[in-house]
Amino acid sequence: MAIPRDADDVCQILADAANTGTPLEVVGRGTKRGLGRPMQTASSLDLSGLTGVSLYEPEELVMTAAAGTPLAEIERTLAEKNQRLAFEPMDLGPIYGEPENAASIGGVFAANLSGPGRLRHGAARDHLLGFKAVNGRGEFFKSGSRVVKNVTGYDLSKVICGSHGTLAAMTEVTFKVMPAPEKTRTVLIFGLDDVRATEAMSAALGSPHEVIAAAHLPASIAARSSVSYVSGAGRGVTAIRVEGPAPSAEHRCKALREELARFGATEELHGMNSAKLWREIRDARPFIGDPRPLWRLSVAPTEGPKVIARIARALQGEWFYDWGGGLVWLALPVSDDAGTRIVRGAIEGGHATLIRADASARAAVSVFQPQPGPLAALAKRVKEGFDPGGILNPGRMD
Amino acid sequence: MALKMPAPDQTVLARRREIVAALRAIVPGEGVIDAEDELRAYECDALSVYRQLPMVAVLPSTIDQVSRILRYCHENKVRVVPRGAGTSLSGGALPLADGVLLGLGKFNKILDIDYANRTVVAQPGVTNLGISTAVASAGFYYAPDPSSQIACTIGGNIAENSGGVHSLKYGLTTNNVLGLEMVLITGEILRLGGKHLDSEGYDLLGLMTGSEGLLGVVTEVTVRILKKPSTARALLIGFPSNETAGDCVASIIAAGIIPGGMEMMDKPAIHATEDFVHAGYPLDVEAILIVELDGPKVEVDHLIDQVAAIARRCQSMTLRISESEEERVLFWAGRKSAFPAVGRITPDYMCMDGTIPRKKLPEVLARMRALSEKHDLRFCNVFHAGDGNLHPLILFDANKSDELERAEKFGADILRLCVEVGGVLTGEHGVGIEKRDLMDTMFDEVDMAQQLRVKCAFDPESLLNPGKVFPVLHRCAEMGRMVVSKGNLPFPDLPRF
Repeated sequence: MAIPRDADDVCQILADAANTGTPLEVVGRGTKRGLGRPMQTASSLDLSGLTGVSLYEPEELVMTAAAGTPLAEIERTLAEKNQRLAFEPMDLGPIYGEPENAASIGGVFAANLSGPGRLRHGAARDHLLGFKAVNGRGEFFKSGSRVVKNVTGYDLSKVICGSHGTLAAMTEVTFKVMPAPEKTRTVLIFGLDDVRATEAMSAALGSPHEVIAAAHLPASIAARSSVSYVSGAGRGVTAIRVEGPAPSAEHRCKALREELARFGATEELHGMNSAKLWREIRDARPFIGDPRPLWRLSVAPTEGPKVIARIARALQGEWFYDWGGGLVWLALPVSDDAGTRIVRGAIEGGHATLIRADASARAAVSVFQPQPGPLAALAKRVKEGFDPGGILNPGRMD
Repeated sequence: MALKMPAPDQTVLARRREIVAALRAIVPGEGVIDAEDELRAYECDALSVYRQLPMVAVLPSTIDQVSRILRYCHENKVRVVPRGAGTSLSGGALPLADGVLLGLGKFNKILDIDYANRTVVAQPGVTNLGISTAVASAGFYYAPDPSSQIACTIGGNIAENSGGVHSLKYGLTTNNVLGLEMVLITGEILRLGGKHLDSEGYDLLGLMTGSEGLLGVVTEVTVRILKKPSTARALLIGFPSNETAGDCVASIIAAGIIPGGMEMMDKPAIHATEDFVHAGYPLDVEAILIVELDGPKVEVDHLIDQVAAIARRCQSMTLRISESEEERVLFWAGRKSAFPAVGRITPDYMCMDGTIPRKKLPEVLARMRALSEKHDLRFCNVFHAGDGNLHPLILFDANKSDELERAEKFGADILRLCVEVGGVLTGEHGVGIEKRDLMDTMFDEVDMAQQLRVKCAFDPESLLNPGKVFPVLHRCAEMGRMVVSKGNLPFPDLPRF
């Protein structure tokens, strides 16, 4: 295993690997190694030695950090100035049995991990302003900048986000940070089925109340919450979050409760309870420590319940909805193909990723949504443009 | 700064008649234009100092036609320049003498409005404002609002990743687009994204956005729409100096407030616009800020008070708060007419588009004043203060011997300055031809080569919009080398008017 101290080391290691045609596993702090196709790599490039926040200007809403910097350190630094990452990166590690809060910032962007606030504030990819990296030729390059408004050259920040270390090894990332909201309120609606819940979430999202997040937990999932208002409901719970200065968060909460009363009984969560619930949703906590294959579906919000109904006719599963119904976390019974045939057959427009399954299942099926021929061919050419020898995380996204 | 474009391919020019006939076989009737007087309409975009007649223009109306045109051009090594409404300020749609100008104006329909999923599917020739208008009756709108929104098209917005005065809070085009249908130069049709959030595989949708027509031709766009905020109010604040205005901007953001819009104008810009539209701007101040807050009334009123208090702490000289929608619109009237207003006080002007870290504003303004003296040309400033995007307007007279050349040098110096203080060459207008030759102030050869290799993945023969964005064309076969050699292809001067 190679543990570089700085970007020069990364160049050296990757140039050597390129020359000898040695495939490498690119790792940040190693919390998400269970994600993607299992790989055959001779060695690892461990970026956890590249740490530290090199630039933080709260009034400029920008931060630069080495790629291996712990996310927890970044969030602590931001909290001191009452700021945050508005895309609420999910902590995926515990899904794979890794410790909590152990991810690196580079890993967050490489996996494009976003939480419930993605709906209003955008994904990780919307917050990455620039980066430095070493490509599969061993060349150090940069893209983007430290300012929000920039259209100079191709926006490689987008394509590096969600590339799972297959294009380049990031050494430094520059990203947007945002003020933390003064107040948060969560409206709960009780007793809705999936279809009605999606209607309620669509109504909330179509209101002028700037809804930040909207999720629906069917009864069996709600029962596992650590928030008593949710677990004690004994039925499905739909949650809508608003934020803002105190008077406006309160106003929005009240208005939403009035507008959503036609769907069912409502309640509201404040402060700690609200934060706790959204962290559970963010991290797919109901499925932590669970041996079942776990899928992450991204579809149009109103499609969520329809896709699930199709799958549920064939397989016994458990699920909940985030992003107004557009993100579905779905656990299916253990099987050879982890339910792939049924899941992929149920989706029209959108995609499904097999987030967790044992290695044999992940080797047997496509973890990521297969793409039509011309698109897959283009993606392959893009990959070759960064990593012609195919040495970076080879096969991980196949 | 003599602008060089790729040398016209004489073998292509010699086959012009055959190419026109082949295009007519794909697009019947008036959709193929080869008469010189009719081609004039396409000789430039909004960067009108550069003009060039295309070899031929073609206006397809179906995706199949776009695909067949591109496939034909690819097979016959003919260059293609895509064009929306031609409002680019950076020359992104400047034709090539040996190129097909591919106009997408006939793709002007809205295909789907889906309020439950809050999306609109539109053809690329639909105007930016057209989308908002189509959903206005239900209280929705499309957030990015470039000042050319009446005319500019959503396809062009994708190409340029257009912003607008509200981008600080609501993001740029890239943050508001969910899906595309596009055609590669080979004629292959691809779909990226859809009505769902987040891409599968590599985020090629994000890559396409802002790619300035170099990677593919967009034939359909899916965007997110938002519900209109219930209230919007604005403050008009005058300051004794650019520094105090800049401090106020920083203090507002440091207080955790992200306004819907935050614009700054300097004294010359204030005077030019006040003479033109009589918006009631104070004339004895050095700078004004327009700060707009939107949201529920209770929030807007709350934040208006906070911003007013911050402004007073930052030594504001005048402060007005809009008490009606008419008054709010009036505050904006001056800012929104800044370009035509400046057009009244000078025969010509050049609009620059650098972005800087906000805190560098006082330094950059001071150094721009020194540059103004050095080049002996006046300038004024409008500024998207919230996100650091400067629009210095350089005043000149193209009829005077060397003023255009001096203005270009002044502009280039300003952009170099933006990069030097940690900013970028272009915030929202695009690189195009205008800033192409300054790309090396931001990117070294390896950075640029990595971008060019992305281009090669989409368009290995460099047939789509060549001569834009990148200062030197490379054959993709050469890109395998570690080091990129410079300037080995001949470019003739492009005629300038």
